[in-house]
Amino acid sequence: MNGSESGFRHFIAVNYAVFLGVFAAAPASAALPENDVAPLNYFLHSSGPASMPTMHLGWVFVALLLAILVTIALLLVVAILHKRPAKDPDPMGREDKGIFWIYIGSGISTCILFALAIYSLITLNTISKPAHAPALTLTVTGYDWWWKVEYEYDDPTRNFFTANEIHIPVRQPVLVKLKSADVIHAFWVPMLAGKTQMIPGLINRQWIEADTEGVYRGQCTQYCGLQHAHMGLEVVAQSETEFLKWEDNQRRSIETVSAIDINNGMKLFLDRCAGCHTIRGTGAVGAHAPDLTHLNSRHLIAAGLLTNTPEHLVQWITHAQELKPGARMPSMELTVTEISALSAFLSTLN
Amino acid sequence: MTDVVQSSPDLKLSRIPEVGTSPIGSTAEIRLSELWESAPGWRGWLSTVDHKEIGLRYLVTAFIFLLMGGVEALIMRLQLARPDQTLLTPEQYNQLFTMHGMTMIFLYSLPVLSGFSNYLWPLMLGSRDMAFPRLNALSYWIFLFAGIFLYASFPLGEAPNAGWFNYVPFAGLEYNTGPNIDVYALGMVLLGISTTVGAINFIVTLFRMRAPGMSIDRVPILVWGTLTASVANIFAVPSVSLAFFLLWLDRQIGTHFFDVVNGGKPLLWQHLFWMFGHPWVYAVVLPAMGIVSDALPTFCRRPLVGYSAVALSTMATMLLGFGVWIHHMFAAGLPTLALSFFGAASMVISIPSAVAVFSWIATIWLGRPVFNTPFLFFAGFVILFVIGGLSGVMTAAVPLDFQLNETYFIVAHLHYVLLGINVFPVIGGIYYWFPKFFGRMMNETLGKWSFWVMFIGFNLGFFPMHLAGLLGMPRRIYTYAPHMGWSTVNMVTSVGSFVFAAGILIFLVNFFISLKRGAPASSNPWDAPTLEWAMPSPPPAYNFAVIPFVASRHPLWEDRLDEGAGRSSLEQGYLLMEGRETIGTTPLDAKPDIILKMPDDSYTPFFLGLFSSLAFTGLLLHWPGFTLLMALACSLSLMVWMWPRKDLVQRVPDNKQDKGAAHG
Repeated sequence: MNGSESGFRHFIAVNYAVFLGVFAAAPASAALPENDVAPLNYFLHSSGPASMPTMHLGWVFVALLLAILVTIALLLVVAILHKRPAKDPDPMGREDKGIFWIYIGSGISTCILFALAIYSLITLNTISKPAHAPALTLTVTGYDWWWKVEYEYDDPTRNFFTANEIHIPVRQPVLVKLKSADVIHAFWVPMLAGKTQMIPGLINRQWIEADTEGVYRGQCTQYCGLQHAHMGLEVVAQSETEFLKWEDNQRRSIETVSAIDINNGMKLFLDRCAGCHTIRGTGAVGAHAPDLTHLNSRHLIAAGLLTNTPEHLVQWITHAQELKPGARMPSMELTVTEISALSAFLSTLN
Repeated sequence: MTDVVQSSPDLKLSRIPEVGTSPIGSTAEIRLSELWESAPGWRGWLSTVDHKEIGLRYLVTAFIFLLMGGVEALIMRLQLARPDQTLLTPEQYNQLFTMHGMTMIFLYSLPVLSGFSNYLWPLMLGSRDMAFPRLNALSYWIFLFAGIFLYASFPLGEAPNAGWFNYVPFAGLEYNTGPNIDVYALGMVLLGISTTVGAINFIVTLFRMRAPGMSIDRVPILVWGTLTASVANIFAVPSVSLAFFLLWLDRQIGTHFFDVVNGGKPLLWQHLFWMFGHPWVYAVVLPAMGIVSDALPTFCRRPLVGYSAVALSTMATMLLGFGVWIHHMFAAGLPTLALSFFGAASMVISIPSAVAVFSWIATIWLGRPVFNTPFLFFAGFVILFVIGGLSGVMTAAVPLDFQLNETYFIVAHLHYVLLGINVFPVIGGIYYWFPKFFGRMMNETLGKWSFWVMFIGFNLGFFPMHLAGLLGMPRRIYTYAPHMGWSTVNMVTSVGSFVFAAGILIFLVNFFISLKRGAPASSNPWDAPTLEWAMPSPPPAYNFAVIPFVASRHPLWEDRLDEGAGRSSLEQGYLLMEGRETIGTTPLDAKPDIILKMPDDSYTPFFLGLFSSLAFTGLLLHWPGFTLLMALACSLSLMVWMWPRKDLVQRVPDNKQDKGAAHG
């Protein structure tokens, strides 16, 4: 692992820690640290102009609607309990006595709804387009149950693929084109923007922009089958320079290091894994599963299920079907030597 | 009065209906009983067309489905109570939530209301049966068979698993190879037949079967609710039946309606499904709101405030309900302009609901509430209705819905709406009409317990789901990690759901105890104003010994309320006993128009239902010969059913003869 790369990993870790408020070192058995803040809590946390106006809209709605709820609840309680005169001259009131209740109540409701509708339409207009043209375009394709990410440039030779972890430069709008390779999924990074379905045969568009550096968790929100629960992603917002550095690294193919262990591991990979996975610079060009060229640059594996540690990686390779039943990744049966060779090879995928 | 008993069938095509009285025990009354009662034993059981019997069957069957769906929900709540649970496999969880949704929405929520309406409509409207009694029986039998059909693959571990909304391509053959989706698709087409014939029956009944004098502005609000829902179903159900039929063709015949590779469109499914789905949501709440609008005033000791406003708002809700389906698809990537329209329409639809809410509150405020169990359920319903309505306003705001959509916030919202507006009025309605159904009162102490346990359990279970949704918890995930911050809310929800279930259990205990040992009920134990309380509890097979003349909205409160239209005549009215007969009236003013000859009990509805279900089973199992045979059997049943019979030709009263027998 070279210096800048480990510095980069450190950077992610620190940002993650700052973002989450706490960061306990993950024990090997636990997948991810316990948080103080729910990582998808969009109601109290948001970043960027695609989601901030919605968060404020949510606060106004909740405050107002709670006030209405309390008012109506009070009206109802008083209606039930208020004291009636012991003797009523008109024991059964005329049918239309009290019609003013309906006029006043629905009149006020109509005014409030009208105001709320206008406010929400204004907000919709605000978040529907970024203030200036997006600096970056990427295509995210939903697969059962992971995300393929392609960074697109005017010069297509500069395009590159990655999976499950999206890096974006901070304070710049990013256009995300959404596709699906199989069933309908939905792309949702709640602290950055609302969700959009990924529908096979269509290309949907949305945009995201982060105000502050940090890691933003995302999740598939359209039921898509067995492992819908474990289809997470992360968006890493970083400074322009850090982003460019990451981008350059991602675009590289790997350079094969000759060491006996690593060579054996690579052979094993080409043998057993290359049908689905790609590692650019080797003969592995499978397209059904995440591109692993820069596996170690990612913070999580298995679409957000586990943190990316060597131990978790081995667990995942050998027990995928227990950790994520139904996933397309099989549980590989490997001997101890094979495991260590494969690990040695995978550890070079910076 | 004495010579009305005739042994020979009446074959004249016109006559003047006799007006008289027919007290219990009189010869006329005994003859009516003979004419209308079903044969004892299994023969009567299979052939009856009595709307009361069919209504109760609807209620019981739907309630059994409610319990099944409830148990499915409790199992899911065990799985979700703590993070990373492994009680269920993902596949089991997916089947459970699909069956839960399908059961509650299709097999419980509308059928239970059809049960109330079937039982109550003729009694409330002053008629001896529904317009098409045999069609009514057919509607029930097909509902029952479709329910069994939809559950048939559950024990095989091959239940539908693509969610009740069943989006393609996940529900397509490529991703769902088993029989599960075919079961769902065919079952829904079958159920659609039941819903459609039931809806037609309600509509015709309302416009033709009201007692003389019950003009359109005197019918109870429940009737408005069911009428509106029925009209909506006639337009909405074809959309979903078509969608499921196309899906079945895609899966079995190889068409490409939804097949992306060959130019099919997954969005087409979403449109067809929600063009049905949203009107349906209103169809399953409007009659329940009607239950409250009719029964709440009884316990407030005054008429409903703003009858016309509530009736109009019922229809307005339904009309608008056809223009909001896109709010289920806000995240589907549709153009912003379209979203703006549908978002605004989704907000406007709350206005008619506000009318109803303020009408109920005003009715309570201006009345003198009596705190019986049904009152508690109806008052509790009002607050749940308001919570569900307000959270609905949040989801109508398009930008907010981009976040809320497909999270537990929606789960919370829809349960407040469907349990709050359907289950609470239904249980309250059962407490209210139980004496009419069975001639006994339900236990008040247990009743109050059941309300409070249900009410507390419901809010404990479902309110935290709003928070889970705001914390970002997506729907339909079989488990979640501890670091997502959803552990506490889910534990509370699971506890609440079991408390709620305990409340339902208390209700059931009360139901069975009261059925055996409840205090005998008089004909009008709640001192209620509407016609169904004018007859003994339980009502005789013929309902009304004489067809009453109705002069007001509240025939039984006329001596306390002066509505300025004179007095209804309940003891004296049309006798009509030359065979099964009732009176047909004009659609709006309810002027007597025709003597309707009603059919006798018949096996044909049962067999037509059975054979059509078997035909669908043949389609499912790929037995073309068997399917064809069953289709022939259906035709045969229909021929027997439709065979012209002179004694069923409708009679025109003499004074209307100029109109001819066109109505026959």
